[in-house]
Amino acid sequence: MNDLVKRSGRGVYVQGNDIDTDRIIPARFLKCVTFDELGPALFYDERFDTQDVSKGHILDAPVHRGASIMISDTNFGCGSSREHAPQALQKFGFEVIIAESFAEIFHGNCTTLGMPCLVMEKTQRKALAALVGLHPDAEFLIDLQAQNLTFANEQFSFTMKDSAREAFLSGRFDPLDELLVAKDAIQAVAVRLSYSDHSG
Amino acid sequence: MGKNLYQKVWDDHLVGPLENGQFQIFMGLHLIHEVTSPQAFGMLKDRDLKVAYPGRTFATVDHIIPTVDQSRPFSDPMAERMMAVLSDATDEHGIEFFQPNSGSQGIVHVVGPELGLTQPGITICCGDSHTSTHGAFGCIALGIGTSQVRDVLASQTLAMDPLKVRRIEVTGKLSRGVTAKDVTLHIIRMLGVNGGVGYAYEYAGAVIDAMTMEERMTVCNMSIEGGARCGYINPDETTFAYLEGRERVPSGAGFDAAKSRWAGYASDPDAHYDDVVVIDGGGIEPTVTWGVTPAQALGIGERIPDPTAAEGLDQELMSDALRYMQLEADAPIAGTEIDVAFIGSCTNGRLSDFQAVAEAIVGRKVAASVRAIAVPGSEKVDQAARALGLHDIFTAAGFEWRKPGCSMCLAMNPDKLVGDEVCASSSNRNFMGRQGSSTGRTILMSPIMVAAAAIQGAVADARDVFELEQTS
Ligand code: SF4
Repeated sequence: MNDLVKRSGRGVYVQGNDIDTDRIIPARFLKCVTFDELGPALFYDERFDTQDVSKGHILDAPVHRGASIMISDTNFGCGSSREHAPQALQKFGFEVIIAESFAEIFHGNCTTLGMPCLVMEKTQRKALAALVGLHPDAEFLIDLQAQNLTFANEQFSFTMKDSAREAFLSGRFDPLDELLVAKDAIQAVAVRLSYSDHSG
Repeated sequence: MGKNLYQKVWDDHLVGPLENGQFQIFMGLHLIHEVTSPQAFGMLKDRDLKVAYPGRTFATVDHIIPTVDQSRPFSDPMAERMMAVLSDATDEHGIEFFQPNSGSQGIVHVVGPELGLTQPGITICCGDSHTSTHGAFGCIALGIGTSQVRDVLASQTLAMDPLKVRRIEVTGKLSRGVTAKDVTLHIIRMLGVNGGVGYAYEYAGAVIDAMTMEERMTVCNMSIEGGARCGYINPDETTFAYLEGRERVPSGAGFDAAKSRWAGYASDPDAHYDDVVVIDGGGIEPTVTWGVTPAQALGIGERIPDPTAAEGLDQELMSDALRYMQLEADAPIAGTEIDVAFIGSCTNGRLSDFQAVAEAIVGRKVAASVRAIAVPGSEKVDQAARALGLHDIFTAAGFEWRKPGCSMCLAMNPDKLVGDEVCASSSNRNFMGRQGSSTGRTILMSPIMVAAAAIQGAVADARDVFELEQTS
């Protein structure tokens, strides 16, 4: 079993439905030509006021420092397709996101970056979020194969999109190598499609 | 049983299954811009890969471009750097780049259709969620992340999960003064911001059939705000008439052949749908948002909802939204004072948007308290508007007429709200901080409603302000 399948770490609950990628990474931080510097800008406008003074956001709470598992509510990552959002989460230190549902482009971006998105139904997720608040030091043990996690001696179950789970189980969450293998088949489709390219 | 358009296009572009259960899908057209794509060229370089089909990728610059002074170098050094990186990368890889002053620059989702790059039955992708706009032409158009931009550059394909298809039928006839923007805001309000997760939306019904291509683009544009992965409208005579004569569309016999091929992609009458929703078009009012998601919307005559009537987290979210917007529950939305009026974006920055507003505002004046800007979606829109004298009408009314770009839709250029200003905006997102100030407030509405708000200095019913009749 590869180390992609079992994850561990401490958690933090960032409350909110419909948390959009503009909130995860405000547009002014998209002015970059690489993703390297995005970590500190994560949730910037929620964490800092216009004078860059901390507003005491949960992500900046000392007890949650170093957390690598984020729990949120429904429709996490909606809005803009910017990969800057999952990149910022990852660069900040997150490795797993748990929510009741995810926006699709965001979900796809996370998977490609090797960050599993776990879907957990409301009651369990609420209980887990409450528990994380009580035990910020406790470790998660997440098993993508069994689709369950253990936290503070409690068991929780989650689901994953089949293709995403399969990608992590097989260790191939980045599809590019496999896409490139099909070179000839791609060319065949390009030729078969009766529309030509538009440049001529 | 017949097939819907989504299935037909999928089948046509299928390269094969992938090991994780996804499918490899060929991309007919790939559009790129300076914010999400330059990083992908770096990723290619890291792996020593080339662009596989450079003739199928086209670049434009829209998000960071200033709308006042576009001379190089841009005053913002980072914007200049992004522009330079994209320009170098497209040069190096032989990709056509619609530079400023080329006559073809503009917002990526305005440029593709107006050049005729966007065509029925093809797959389109772009590192931008509003790629759904192109679905108006009966194609499958997907917003993607930067790693996927890399995949498409390297292989011209994407790894994809198939979607379900929901047919949304908007029946009947719209009342006078009700626009495509109201239709799309109404649909999102009804189905919610995550109602479309897992779906492609097929828009249909008498209201959609009667729409022009520009109106259809407005509807498909905001599919993503409803959570759908893409949205499309079956190609018909309106589609073909729009495309005929466009720069990148074949002419003569080539056009006739293309047209019959395109028509074949339309959903079969007995096609299967995973879900069908019917909405009465006659019941749609001019719709505006009151909160911080596009689904937090209401008819112009309605009162702002009361969070205490909602439950649990919803109640908190509504209260948060009201607090952020500094609005009161149960108050009418009409009369809410505005500071800025913005007409533009890939939702409503096309020629017909400016035509409709110009017709209404002739001889009227923007309220003294309002800063009003009109930003054409592309150089072609700008030229056509100028040729019709529209920019003079806007300027005389007190609007600033700007150069093309995304502008205040997301404020990555110098066009920004200041402090907690309220903006009546024809764009597509009212998220917190979206328009360049972390406390700025956005009220989404149609261009004609923005114009009414600009003139009144407050949110108003355009039908009253401009004496539009209620029914035609
Ligand atoms: S106009 Fe707005 S929504 Fe459209 S592409 Fe530009 S930033 Fe995105």
